[in-house]
Amino acid sequence: MTTTEQTQDVQAAPAGLGPVGWLRWAWRLLTSMRTALILLFLFALASVPGSIYPQRSISPDKVAQYFKDSPQAAAWLDRLWLFDVFTSPWFAATYLLLFISLAGCVLPRAAAHWRELRRRPPAAPRNLSRLPQHAYFRTGEAATVESLAAVLRARRFRTVTGPGWVAAEKGYLRETGNLLFHAALLALLIAVGAGGLYGYRGNVLLVEGNGFANTVSAYDRYIPGQRVSPDSLEPFSFTLKDFQATYVAAGERRGQPLDFSASLRVADHPGAPERPYELRVNEPLEVNGTQTYLLGHGYAPTFKVLDGKGQVAFEGPVPCLTADQVTYTSECVIKVPDALPEQLGFLVRFLPTTVPAADGSWISIFPGMANPTAQVFAFSGDLGMNTGRPQSVYQLDTAKLKPLVMGLKTKPLAVGDTLPLPGGAGSIQLTGVREWISLQIAYDPGRGPALVAAALAVLGLVLSLTVRRRRVWVRVTEDGDGAARTVDVGGLPRTEGGDTAFAEEFGQIVTALTGVAPPSGAEDGPEPPGGSEDRAAPPRGSKDDEAAPRHQAEAGRSVTSSQEAEAGPAASPQGVKDAH
Amino acid sequence: MPTDVNGGLATFSDQLILATVLLYVFAMIGYALDLGFGRSSRKTGTTGAAVPSLAASGTAARAKVAAGGAVQTLDRPAGASGGEDTGAGPEGSEAGRRTPAWAAHAATVAVALSWLGWAANLGAIATRGLAVGRWPWGNMYEFVVAICFAAVTAFLVMQARLPVRFLGAFVSLAAALGLGFAVRYLHVQAGPVVPALNSYWIAIHVTAAICASGLFILAGVAGVLYLARGEGPSRLPGRAELDRVAHRAIVIAFPIWTFAVIAGALWADKAWGRYWGWDPKEVWSFIAWIAYAAYLHARATAGWRGRAAVIIQLVAFGCLLFNLIGVNIFLSGLHSYAQVP
Ligand code: HEM
Repeated sequence: MTTTEQTQDVQAAPAGLGPVGWLRWAWRLLTSMRTALILLFLFALASVPGSIYPQRSISPDKVAQYFKDSPQAAAWLDRLWLFDVFTSPWFAATYLLLFISLAGCVLPRAAAHWRELRRRPPAAPRNLSRLPQHAYFRTGEAATVESLAAVLRARRFRTVTGPGWVAAEKGYLRETGNLLFHAALLALLIAVGAGGLYGYRGNVLLVEGNGFANTVSAYDRYIPGQRVSPDSLEPFSFTLKDFQATYVAAGERRGQPLDFSASLRVADHPGAPERPYELRVNEPLEVNGTQTYLLGHGYAPTFKVLDGKGQVAFEGPVPCLTADQVTYTSECVIKVPDALPEQLGFLVRFLPTTVPAADGSWISIFPGMANPTAQVFAFSGDLGMNTGRPQSVYQLDTAKLKPLVMGLKTKPLAVGDTLPLPGGAGSIQLTGVREWISLQIAYDPGRGPALVAAALAVLGLVLSLTVRRRRVWVRVTEDGDGAARTVDVGGLPRTEGGDTAFAEEFGQIVTALTGVAPPSGAEDGPEPPGGSEDRAAPPRGSKDDEAAPRHQAEAGRSVTSSQEAEAGPAASPQGVKDAH
Repeated sequence: MPTDVNGGLATFSDQLILATVLLYVFAMIGYALDLGFGRSSRKTGTTGAAVPSLAASGTAARAKVAAGGAVQTLDRPAGASGGEDTGAGPEGSEAGRRTPAWAAHAATVAVALSWLGWAANLGAIATRGLAVGRWPWGNMYEFVVAICFAAVTAFLVMQARLPVRFLGAFVSLAAALGLGFAVRYLHVQAGPVVPALNSYWIAIHVTAAICASGLFILAGVAGVLYLARGEGPSRLPGRAELDRVAHRAIVIAFPIWTFAVIAGALWADKAWGRYWGWDPKEVWSFIAWIAYAAYLHARATAGWRGRAAVIIQLVAFGCLLFNLIGVNIFLSGLHSYAQVP
């Protein structure tokens, strides 16, 4: 592990270095593991305020409310980008630093890994019995270096042989996986960024019976990426034929929504034959990579307004804002600028399932439409639409209006009912009720690549956390007469934590190796595989087994020496790693 | 879409949860007795144990390490020497103490009670699912019940393979408290879910989150024990062992959590028209993810192993818990339909 060395270099900060030296120092500092760790913390910390303060990109109305409630605090928060955390310069700074650090860490490590992949496993150390796993057995002369190496290769070890020894190593995929994971994170960031630049999103409100064609002007809200041209929008269109919402009708959860379904007729491009599509939550419409999502719904009662001269001054659906999500009590505004002699304005409370309340007013008790009515508040005068200031269609500026019909307790209009306005100002009739849906339409070319990068990241992560790196050496020594041989096997796990599994695997390897050339004499039978398994298996069986190490530890009970003894096996993988 | 609820089955599920809590509490007492009075509350050595020539090779290896510059290795747990790192001290003295005869059975009984509780917990989840005809993790109550189940499952599976029975008392306690909390503060009548939750993604995304959370709980318990336990002799296993248990759990949980977050993004892409929108739930699962990644990094960074890494792990666990519970209660977002009573 080179990271330890790196950190030490970093600590030895340069005194009186040239600019190149400083640059190198800064680069090392930025790409050190410790810096990565601190940057990870900063990144996590930096996203916290984004979950505490309302964010403009998610809920602009809540931000506006914040400004209304506490303007001074809001101004300060805004100065610190706390309403736009995830697009703020300081947030960008943390993740850019993190990803520079990541790149600076991945590239050199990839190069080193590439070299290591092409290098042979290191030659056997002199004394195999000092390794964490060791076994030996006697065997016939068929046990050549080559035949033993073949056993290891069959177990997918990479091997190299020398005079009388085999060196084998396995588990390179760990580092490969780790690099894959980190590189995939970089790729993910790029995909997300590209998606933001080349994609767009927008919102539309559509009333039953109406249509939408995918052009910039058709959107109520349109948020393009910097690199999107208005003519590149996928030219599809659709009409909303019908919208159905189903609710729990009775019981404790009465009124809870169960299903929303919008019947569309879709033309994939101008002139294409129309096809039906049932748009649902979780089931967006896709046309050539552009997705249309069902986000919300509400009521759009239809009205007919006659003015004081008996002319039809307004006729059609009025989309209402849902004031209460439980009962779907909705609020709407009708502006009739063409009414004569005076302009007319209406505030409407729409109640989908109307019942009289105890205090004489009227309320809705169910989100579905069982008994729809509209309570109308009428005004006449100047709607204030000619001032040039933009007005919301959901708000009535009553400054220059005089009330004509007021009162929560007047019986609301049922469908078909007409309310005559006092003083011959005209009349308003509730002619029917339609529903509207709100849609989000999004095109994000980064989706696919981001998904691939994320999948690769998981794959890399699994490899990096589950594959263990390990080395096995085999040494063959000829016994005096040359007919029999002694085979020594040593094993070294190079990854922390997998020692039990390695001990098991090592036992199997030794057994497999003994199978190469079973010795003729029974008394020469393979003794140590059993022994090595004994050592490996938790819980340790016999007293004798325990005696030796325990004894040593206690003999030198001064803390350091017993720690030294313990540090041994754990340290050795590290030691070897560092040595290479 | 099933809208009618089988009330009898739902009530049965609620009763099973109460039985589960009781069984977990009894199991906890059993584990505690075993921990306090049992002879070998843990078996020695999780791993390949010391070789006879350990002292000699230790010195040799140390020389190499020193050359590599990693002085940290000294206070690092002895990977290959297994459970020996607590030293002979505590066990030596325990061997001298007399053990009541019944104590030997405490562990067996505790494990049996755990399995019974586990079965009741599983039964409660299954009957609730059957009662409403959907995946039984559609609200906070169901979610917390499932996470407690996952934690106990993780523990039982781990203790069948590794000597980690000492965790039993603490995991059972955590599960009993979690279930008690769910019953007392989160319980809602069984019923259908809102349309947004009505997707096969709930099976993928939420299940992964539950599995990962169960393992993270195991790691969190080991982490707390690490800090609670001093360096000295104790009934608990050594710090190195606790550290290893926590690491093992997190190494399994982290990829699962990563997958859960990605599956969440895929679902968000289907349901809300964007795969990532910094909704509070998304922010906090991301924070927890980053924090656990920081833990893995800390364990690979000189000077951060041991205590510091454990503290990072617990901070990450705090973020996870806040995400699971706090976000639903304190922060509002698209995920707010999780129905907190
Ligand atoms: C988004 C940020 C990052 C995440 C989520 C992440 C995640 C991970 C994970 C999960 C591991 C596996 C740890 C293990 O083997 O136990 C790892 C290892 C590693 N990461 Fe990162 N990483 C990130 C950024 C970085 C950066 C910026 C660097 C470079 C300085 C870096 C350097 C390393 C190194 C050197 C290892 C190997 C540790 C070992 O050998 O055990 N990581 N990273």
